[in-house]
Amino acid sequence: MTAQERERQLATKTFPVEAGHILMFARSVGDDNRVYSDADYAKTTEAGGIIAPPTFAQASAQFDPDYGLRPKIGQPWFGSGKNATGITRAPGGGGGGGGGGLHAEQHFEYHRPLKAGDVLTATTTPGKTWEKEGKRSGKLVFSESVTEYRDQKGELVITARGVGVRTERPVEQPAEKA
Amino acid sequence: MALSAKSLKVGDAHTARLVEDLKRTQIVQYAGASGDYNPLHTDEIFTTQVAGYPSVFAHGMLTMGMTGKMLTDYVGDARLTKYGVRFTSQVWPGDTLEATATLKAITEKDGAKIAEFDVKTTNQAGVEVLSGYAEARLDD
Repeated sequence: MTAQERERQLATKTFPVEAGHILMFARSVGDDNRVYSDADYAKTTEAGGIIAPPTFAQASAQFDPDYGLRPKIGQPWFGSGKNATGITRAPGGGGGGGGGGLHAEQHFEYHRPLKAGDVLTATTTPGKTWEKEGKRSGKLVFSESVTEYRDQKGELVITARGVGVRTERPVEQPAEKA
Repeated sequence: MALSAKSLKVGDAHTARLVEDLKRTQIVQYAGASGDYNPLHTDEIFTTQVAGYPSVFAHGMLTMGMTGKMLTDYVGDARLTKYGVRFTSQVWPGDTLEATATLKAITEKDGAKIAEFDVKTTNQAGVEVLSGYAEARLDD
């Protein structure tokens, strides 16, 4: 492990859980449950106030200064502009190569409901990596990371485990799609 | 609101339609809310010409988020204790998705009844796009 990787492993990020962000996130997944948007209604429910939908922790990316899949001021971006991509990429990156691969798995463990007003600290540690030969996309390289989200008191709220995959070439589609 | 253990038996299944004719704009909306601006989801030119896919496609996490609504509508607010998935096929603009939770077992943990579900989401062609599990705290 390089010094930089070690530093990254220990990096913690602050994630303020805001009601307006929850509202926008719930809309984007098509969820009109008022427990995500209406504070007066939410008070009358078992949740006792506005809570976040089950996959909301993923939106902590908004508060991660180093997050790679957000255009950053003054820096090149690999999406299209004048050209189909804004950067020159090394060849052989494959389909998922553009943009750090594809998301293969995501797991959440909820230790208590996530509420508007929580300020979480996220600590991510890299997990194992493994390889597999895929039928539809060539060699697959999987890598895992575990993020613990703790509240202001240091208590664990959510444990998240993500698995990303880099593919050798774009994923071929099942026959049903073609 | 929440489910009670008495009303459930192993094998019970709950299905919900998640989205009909998924729009590119909803994928854009998810990119903005989640902060995941990977051009594979919103930039047709990059995705077809550089990445080599037939069109932009949905974030796996959008499918997991929509499937999460099926779960929380079923088990009640603030009841999930675990939820995990594998993304087994891509979701494309125009897709219509349905998700099903099937009760696998009811267990007990710290005096509370916990339901264990298998979770599956399929598209209009019957292709599985998400496969996973969830656990939720039940009333007695």
